[in-house]
Order: sequence, then C-alpha cells, then structure tokens
Amino acid sequence: MSTLLEVSGVSVSFDGFKAINNLSFQIGSAEMRAIIGPNGAGKTTFMDIITGKTKPDEGRVIWGEKSVSLLKMSEARIARAGVGRKFQRPTVFEDQSVFDNLLLALRKDRNPFAVLLYKRNAPDTEKVHDLAAQIGLSDQLERKSGELSHGQKQWLEIGMLLAQEPRLLLVDEPAAGMTPEEREHTTAILVEAARTRAVVVVEHDMEFVRRLNCRVTVLHEGAVLAEGSLDHVTSNKHVIDVYLGR
Amino acid sequence: MTRSLFARNPSVLVFLACLGLFTLGVTALSEALGTGMISTSFVKTLGKTLSLSLIALAMDLVWGYTGILSLGHFAFFGLGGYMIGMWLMYERTRDIVVTSMANADIPPTPQEITDAIGNQIFGVVGGSDFPLIWAFSHSLALQLILVVAVPGLLALVFGWLAFRSRVTGVYLSILTQAMTLALALYLFQNDSGLRGNNGLSGLQNLPGLDDVPQSVVSLWFFWASALALGLGYLFAAWVVSGKFGSVLRGIRDDEARVRFLGYSVEGYKLFIFTVTAVISGIAGALYYPQAGIINPAEIAPIASIYLAVWVAIGGRGRLYGAVIGAAFVSLVSTWFTGGQVPSIPLGFYTIDWVDWWQVVLGLSFVLVTLFAPKGIGGLFDYFTGRKPPNRHGKDLGPGSGSLKEQEAEA
Repeated sequence: MSTLLEVSGVSVSFDGFKAINNLSFQIGSAEMRAIIGPNGAGKTTFMDIITGKTKPDEGRVIWGEKSVSLLKMSEARIARAGVGRKFQRPTVFEDQSVFDNLLLALRKDRNPFAVLLYKRNAPDTEKVHDLAAQIGLSDQLERKSGELSHGQKQWLEIGMLLAQEPRLLLVDEPAAGMTPEEREHTTAILVEAARTRAVVVVEHDMEFVRRLNCRVTVLHEGAVLAEGSLDHVTSNKHVIDVYLGR
Repeated sequence: MTRSLFARNPSVLVFLACLGLFTLGVTALSEALGTGMISTSFVKTLGKTLSLSLIALAMDLVWGYTGILSLGHFAFFGLGGYMIGMWLMYERTRDIVVTSMANADIPPTPQEITDAIGNQIFGVVGGSDFPLIWAFSHSLALQLILVVAVPGLLALVFGWLAFRSRVTGVYLSILTQAMTLALALYLFQNDSGLRGNNGLSGLQNLPGLDDVPQSVVSLWFFWASALALGLGYLFAAWVVSGKFGSVLRGIRDDEARVRFLGYSVEGYKLFIFTVTAVISGIAGALYYPQAGIINPAEIAPIASIYLAVWVAIGGRGRLYGAVIGAAFVSLVSTWFTGGQVPSIPLGFYTIDWVDWWQVVLGLSFVLVTLFAPKGIGGLFDYFTGRKPPNRHGKDLGPGSGSLKEQEAEA
C-alpha cells in the first residue's frame, strides 16, 4: 500500500512549550487510523500542522505520489489537494440551508470567477441528495443548518467532508455528544469512507476506537508513544502509565 | 432547483418596480417634463440620494454579506467623482477659453489655449501647468475608464496588501480609515494636482450643452442614477444569491471554515472589495455632477463612517435595507440640516436642528444597534412574518462580522 501522507521529525513549540516534539507519522492511501492521547498530547496541533494552520519549526510533511511538501501551501490549497478536516465542535454555516452547506463543500472549481458563474445543475443536485441520504438529513435539506440538533450538525459536517471528496479525512472527536445509535451510524460512515481513502480519527472514547477496529497511534507530550492494534497499545506499559493508568 | 433569479428573490422585482415608479413619478412632477411640483434642486437631491443608495449597496455587499467593515469606501466614491470632474472642468473651461479667445485679432495657437485653460483651472492654487494626472482630461471616454479603473486599482492594491496579511476585524477597519484619511490629506495639498482644498467646481454644467437648462440636466442625471442603482441592485442580487453569495456569507460567519473547504478566502475578499470599490466609483461619478462641486473634505473619514451608519440603520445583510437606510437617512439629514425644521424653544435654550441633527443621528444609530439590529429593513419582516432564529443570544458564527441572532432569518 502506497503512503499518502508522511510526517517526519516535526517539532513545534509555542512560547517555549514543545507542543510537538520530533513527531513522525505515516498513513496509507486507504487506511483508518485512530489517534488517542491525554489532553495536551498535541493531537489538535498535529492536525493544525497537516492542514496548514500551524507551521512547524522543523520537520517535513510530504503528501501524495508526487511527494510534495504541504508546508509551503496555504490552508485552502492543502484542502484543495485533498485534505479534509472536521473540527471538534461542529462548524457548519448556520445561516445557510443544509443544501447550501453541502453544495458549498462539493468538489468543484474553487476559483472566484468559476464560483460566480456557477449554475446549479442536475448532477450536483443529485450528489447533494445522495450525501444527505447518507448522513440521514434528506428531509432537512431546506432547513437552516443552525436549527439542527448537535448530532445532526456533526453529521452535516461529516457530509460536507465527504462532499469535498478528500483523499485524507482528519476527524476530531466525531462522536462527541452523540447518542449510541448516532455513534453507530457515524462509525459505519467512517469505516465505509476508509475503504477508498485515508481516515485519521482523533478520539477520547476507547469504546468508539475499539469499534473502528483499526491501527492506533498513541500520542504523548507531542511524540508517538506507541503504535499498533488497540490491544497491542493498551497492553504497552508506557501507555498504561501515562494514559490508561490514571 | 434552477429557478430564476427573480423567483428566488421576489424582493428584487418589488424593488425594481418601486424604483421605476419612483423615477416616473419624479419625472412627472419635475420642472422640465412635468407639473413642476418638484423643484430642480430637489430633483438633484433625489438623484444624489439614488447615487448614495448605490454606494450603500456596495457597502452592504462588503460589510453585510462578507463581514468586512470597510470604513474607506467613500474614498473610492470621491475618486470616481474626481475622475469625471476632471473632464467636466477641463472641457467646460476649454469652451470658455476658446470662446473668449475667438475675438482676438490673431487666432490663438493650441499651446496658448492649453496655457489659458491651465491658468483658469490652476490659478487658485498658484499654478498654470497641467499636472501629469490630467493627461487624459480632454477625453470623456478615457476619464470614464478612469472612473472605474482608479478606485478599482487602489482597492486591488490596498486589498491585496491587507487581506494577504490576514488583517481582519477592527484592525482592517482602522486600516481602511487610514487609507481614506491619507488620501484626503494628500488631496488637500495644493500641489496634489487636483486644486487642493478648492476641489473641482462647476461640475453641474455639461460642456457644450450650455443651452440645455439645468432642469433638464438634473433629470438626465436623476435617470442615470436610477438606472445605475437598478443595474447595481440586479448585479448585487445576482452575486449574493448564488454559490458565490454562499461563500461570502460563509466568510462573514466563519472565515477559517471556508478556508478549510478549499476556498481562497483572500481571493474572494479581494474580489468583492475591488468590485464594490468600482461600484462606489461609478456612484461617485454620478453624484458629484449633481452636487456641482467636489473637494477633499468629501473623502474625510467621517463620510465612510456615515456610510456604515446608513447601512446599519437600514439593516445590513439585505440589499433593500442598505438602499432604504441610505435614502432615508440622507434625505432626513438634508431636511434637518437645510434649516427647514422649526427650532424648539425650551425657554432657557433653543434646540436648533442644524446643530442637533448629528446628535439625533448618533443616538438613533446607537439605539438601532442595541434594540433593532435589523434596522428599518426589519419592518418588512414584521409585516411578512419572517422571524429570527431562537439561538439564545448566540451569533451565527465566530467571525467578528458574523450575523447576530436578531439579524438572521429562521
């Protein structure tokens, strides 16, 4: 399996505090990976680096078959290259309808002039309807997304992520605030997505991680502490000490 | 789902119909073509009001829809006015000079004519040579191009520098204020080439049309302003109703999210900033021939702040709100400052509205912001039953320009 993203020797510090310390990580083009770690382990900073929000002090972030560096690219260009991100709190455009939110995310030319001249067409409308069906929001398309419940917003955001057709999905605590049934649905969507693309899930909830049934990377103090199956890492002595033992 | 612009926005048709009726009504009551109930000077006031509504529309695009509180759009308005003013002044002065020299015994050479025009125009600032920026002033076509090109280019360069550095919120507002202040101070200088604080005057006279009375000219400009406002409104409605408008509102409410969707936020901001600057320039080019005079005081920072006040009072984030706000406030302002409102004697003090109008305006701005964030446009919601969402006091996004709960539609 080819490597889609390779992060090597990345460090970043904020006011002297090393948030990420010589971290290396890689993921294949169709793989699911869970990242766990205590608060302050650098999970969010790690995502910030990949998506271009934070520039690391040192290290490399290499992307795709052509091995381009993501470090010199803007957030928007990284997103266009195929990195999609879901935030911890659901962030959707609350003043706009579910339909408009999905349409906005649909993989299309992002150039201002192209967008200005964009005309809604049948294939795109159909795509939006398919996505809405997938995330269970078919009957909510005309509603303003600000009116949706917390769980529905989470799904809408997952739907927007899928609409972008990214090659790598970065998902921050997707199941937070969801009911057990909603969690199950979310798991199914993510597992399905990981058949064709790379999915990185940051999660606190061990039960959720277990259900994802994938390789797990444990972060601690900005570095990788252990990596492997969930059973493998949970039996690791270091991991027990810093994370599970508390 | 591919319904026409009008089907999606019935308010556009209503607005255009109202504007059309208003234009016809004023024409029918004008001195030139109608009963004469509306004086020529009031036709000019109405025409100016329409131009101000056009720039308010631009302000609404940039602030109400994109969340960029620009406090510098009157600079573009003024530049548009200066660009058309240069041609008007040059041509008019040339007409006068040529006529007066025609009686001379020896026909004047072109150089003599140019020198005489220069003397006429720049005598007040102690000069007679044409500065370089007047190079195109002999040509209406070129100056008309400059009406859109100069504000557009300034906005492009300024916006590129500001947005690229990710300056947002209050800092961007301050930066735009600094831009307009710098421009005004520059124009105040006598050697800026635009006659310093004298500005350009006599703009109400169209060169070569001396025998057309002002009552007719005023109607021409009134029609032109109405047409420009109508087209501007159509354009703005088209821009905000599609996917582009979706991106703009996304930037207003949550800029970072738009970026992570792959849209280059800076590019979109630059686009809308430049386009609205061009619209402002056109509005200015229509306004100042009706006002008759333009000087650097017009570009003073306070003018751009007024613009934001109009849009806020009218209701930002809805196009008709901006137009109504600008029209209402500027007309009421004309009324109050025109000395037509009777003073209120309180015995110990007399409230003179010419002085106190500013206080009323400031107060109403504060009150509208606090108690009726939807502005005058919100009255339409009241009649059509449009309700704001119940978000328990939460705004619609984390952006500094994002819509407030009461401003939005459920």
